[in-house]
Amino acid sequence: MKLVGVAVALLSGAFLLYATVDFPPWADPASPASLHVSPRYIEKTIEETAVPNVVTSVLADYRGYDTMFETTVIFVAGLVCFVLLRIFRTVGSEQILYRHIPTGITVRIRDHRRFPPRELKEFERIDSVWTPYDPIIKTMCRLMIPFLQLFALYVIAHGHHSPGGGFQGGVILGASFILLAVSHDLRSSLARMGEKIHTLFCPVGVLAYAGTGALCLLLGDNFLDYKALAPLLGVDSIMARSHGIFIVEVGVGIAVMATMIWIYNNLSSEGRYDEGL
Amino acid sequence: MSDFFSLLLSKYNYWIYITLMMIGLYAMIAKNNLVKKIVGMNIFQTAIILFYISIGAKKGATIPIIEHAHERHGSEAGSFLVQAANYINPLPHVLMLTAIVVSVATLGVALALAIRIYNRYKTLEEDEILSQIRKE
Repeated sequence: MKLVGVAVALLSGAFLLYATVDFPPWADPASPASLHVSPRYIEKTIEETAVPNVVTSVLADYRGYDTMFETTVIFVAGLVCFVLLRIFRTVGSEQILYRHIPTGITVRIRDHRRFPPRELKEFERIDSVWTPYDPIIKTMCRLMIPFLQLFALYVIAHGHHSPGGGFQGGVILGASFILLAVSHDLRSSLARMGEKIHTLFCPVGVLAYAGTGALCLLLGDNFLDYKALAPLLGVDSIMARSHGIFIVEVGVGIAVMATMIWIYNNLSSEGRYDEGL
Repeated sequence: MSDFFSLLLSKYNYWIYITLMMIGLYAMIAKNNLVKKIVGMNIFQTAIILFYISIGAKKGATIPIIEHAHERHGSEAGSFLVQAANYINPLPHVLMLTAIVVSVATLGVALALAIRIYNRYKTLEEDEILSQIRKE
């Protein structure tokens, strides 16, 4: 099997290397990929959409269909993780572990419904896999997460003028919640972003994208042709494209954030949503 | 011989991505552990992403964000000339931007399947799973 693998990999690699003889050299300005459609995008983007970042205007306007279905793909991926892994019945251990923070003693409670030590401040619930109490990591992450989320919102909102956009900002926003789940535990992440909320956000983001397209259709233009939104937004048709791109990017950001959290929560707790990694 | 070396130097980006692709393909075919196969798949995807990004590069060009475009848009844009040779090709960047997020999503699905397989067979080694399936 190993020999077959080496042979197949070397053979396909050799064919591809042979094919590179016909390829343009590295960073050639006259390569075929840079000659046909991309100069048009670069030269017309300010004129047609008023978005200086060509990547954003191509992503959400010129090739809006592609991005819409990529968003649908990540929604479906999140849904598949949910369907494969999520378990709703509680199985196994009814006992729950608490840590007395000042002394570090672990307390095991068999019947936690009758005796939840919730009002006691110096107890914290811990996972069944023992983890040391680490105030440095917890404090640092608690300090970092708000700025991380602020930066994510900046990346989404400033995607017109600087590198950024819905995908990148959504991933950073999702990573901030994942960082909370890693540094504290899954329950404190779920307390901020519950299962119902992030499961709802995922289709809402996709719907914001598709709904903007459908609104353009209702207003008498093509699907995802944002200049139809001009009378609604009260701007001229070029700025309407810019604002339409922004609405769509926000939808992408919501969908990507929710999918990242959804996939992580399902994978880390094996679908039980009680204890993370 | 110097011909060959100049060819190699002018196209070294393809050599890098083909080597990465071969590593990923080998891992997907020959590795016994399912997680290693998934890692191989990710290396393969990275090779494709690098290939696309390297296609978009242009000598002497900058990132595809039009400079000094804040103050002029809309009706004044007619007098604003943009030279396409000064900006790198944005199209591969757009395609790979979505491909990176989709690769993360497919990685999630692959890991979810691996977790289900582990819960059923209590192993992630391919030969042990196959022998268990044959026994049933």
